[in-house]
Amino acid sequence: MVFTRGPLTTQFTIDTPQSNMARCLHLGSFLFTKMVNTPRISMGVKTCLIKTWTPHSQGKAISIHSAIHYNSENNSLSEEKVIIHFINQDGIKTTTAVTEGQTLLDVVVNKNLDIRGFGACEGTLACSTCHLIFDKTFYEKMEPIVDEEMDMLDLAYGLTKTSRLGCQVTVQKWMDGMTVQVPQEVRDAVGSKGSQ
Amino acid sequence: MLKLFLTSARCVRITRFHGVCGLATSTPASSPKVCIVGGGPAGFYTAQHLVKTRTDVQVDIYERLPVPFGLVRFGVAPDHPEVKNVINTFTQTARHARCSFHGNVRVGKDVTVEELQEAYHAVVLSYGAEGNRTMGVPGEDLAGVYSAKDFVGWYNGLPRNRDLRPDLSCETAVILGQGNVALDVARMLLSPVDILKKTDITQHALDALAESSVRRVLIVGRRGPLQVACTIKELREMVNLPGTRPEMEVSEFEGIAETLKALARPRKRLTELLLKAAIETPGKEEFERWNRAERAWGFRFLRRPLEVLPSTDLIRAAGIRLAVNRLEGDGEGVWAVATGEVEDVECGLVISSIGYKSLPIDPAVPFDARKAIIPNTMGRVQQTAGLYCSGWVKRGPTGVIATTMNDSFDTARTLLQDIGKGTLDVSTVKPGSQAVSALLEKRGVKPVSFSDWEKIDSEETRRGETRGKPREKMLDVGEMLQVARA
Repeated sequence: MVFTRGPLTTQFTIDTPQSNMARCLHLGSFLFTKMVNTPRISMGVKTCLIKTWTPHSQGKAISIHSAIHYNSENNSLSEEKVIIHFINQDGIKTTTAVTEGQTLLDVVVNKNLDIRGFGACEGTLACSTCHLIFDKTFYEKMEPIVDEEMDMLDLAYGLTKTSRLGCQVTVQKWMDGMTVQVPQEVRDAVGSKGSQ
Repeated sequence: MLKLFLTSARCVRITRFHGVCGLATSTPASSPKVCIVGGGPAGFYTAQHLVKTRTDVQVDIYERLPVPFGLVRFGVAPDHPEVKNVINTFTQTARHARCSFHGNVRVGKDVTVEELQEAYHAVVLSYGAEGNRTMGVPGEDLAGVYSAKDFVGWYNGLPRNRDLRPDLSCETAVILGQGNVALDVARMLLSPVDILKKTDITQHALDALAESSVRRVLIVGRRGPLQVACTIKELREMVNLPGTRPEMEVSEFEGIAETLKALARPRKRLTELLLKAAIETPGKEEFERWNRAERAWGFRFLRRPLEVLPSTDLIRAAGIRLAVNRLEGDGEGVWAVATGEVEDVECGLVISSIGYKSLPIDPAVPFDARKAIIPNTMGRVQQTAGLYCSGWVKRGPTGVIATTMNDSFDTARTLLQDIGKGTLDVSTVKPGSQAVSALLEKRGVKPVSFSDWEKIDSEETRRGETRGKPREKMLDVGEMLQVARA
């Protein structure tokens, strides 16, 4: 379990066998309530069980339930973890430890991170809601962006020169310590959100 | 006081952690009850945000049709199934213990908004835009002239468009408008049937398109290449569409290449692709593909419809008269001005794709007829306490699903703020769906629950399987109700 205290709320993520059930991209924290047994909590950065969820390749409509599977290869305390910091739309930072090979969208889903409306199309390059902003040094080391990703990214709210779609970025060891952020919501004097 | 304690952000997390969750079978009588009118993306995203943020709010979604999901089901093109993945998150919301779906209920007819306001603490209007902007030209009523809204509804199985029977026996189709809906229509008209037959396009549309004689589609806009409203993904699909080639007037792109440098990346890439398709010499492979192509498509710019020209028997469209424009102003704010020149294009199919339009639902709801939206401030309906709105009926019929998602979250947030501040009074006990169900029963209206919809869903999926399609949509409300009640 990783515990972070932000200005307004406390954010923590727990991995349990039971929380694997009925994952939903958007109803993140309500899933805590589906836990039937006591969660196994280990203090510190390493977590006991990692669930991975692999969306089908782009172009296919998938059911989120059928796409969930339990990857036992990651069920190891000695597995090296990559630390990634996420800053959500309200500026709240969450730190997670993840294994290589999953996409950043997978991470947000698997860790139930509180990022509103993230990954609407479930990783099929049909939306821009998994838009993430990176630090320049990390951005420049990434796999080059292909046309199909750029086509959707171009529609994203708050696009920057170091933006990518989270569903197209795979966690790798050299990303250890990386911070990614969701565009901050801009509210003008009248209170209406900065438009897309 | 306990309620205030429980609803502060920190304590909400603590109560959830200890297992006070959405598995409760009934919410306390004193919980805030919200009613949402419209079961499309706006309705579902608003509901989702409400139930996720407060553990005490009960949300009921009312939908006119027996089937949910609105334009995700009836608007998104059959060959864009991944865009429909949002249905999974809507399904999660509908199955939440504090959310319920009531289909087959016509708000404004079966139950009034006033009655909903008596039963609920807040009513959110998310009923979208069921009308369309008309061209307002002579001949618009001729056979062979359709709104894109109806044409899309026809191939997507919207019950009211079931009997459209568009005439596809002509060679040329003209589409007015250059947004993504216009490109969807063009793509449906020109896609090889072998591709379409594996999608959830309705069988009758598939059969009609298999017999179609349409070989050429012109996509016509008032302004110039730099003002096309479509996005690059859809344009790329047209450029790569098997069996087709682009055919455009080089003269309409004069001066465009020079502007590229100054454009922002999204517009720059879109314009580059457009130029590539319109005026650049194709590479060898592409040249051969275009040579073999039997179907053609192209944009036409600076053209505005003046009249649909009738056939000799005066019954159907035989052509369209277009005014030629020129552009004035520069940058973002260019506008089109008539030059006085006029051009006639022979065609037998005219599809106007110039915008959807919301309609007023009930006298109790203020409506701005000029803008065709419900007048509101951040989702709070003006001059009427307890009424909110989200989606197209709130800000106009533009944007993608993600735009509506953010908009709906904004409205939900406004509503929750109002509860928090006390401007929305939730202290009185409201009966919620119980009262509405009683009214509906008295009036002989039988709502369709979400699990009833799931029976329709299973049946459509089963029928589709026999044909190698994801589903075969039911076209008849009566049939939907029969399956729902089985």
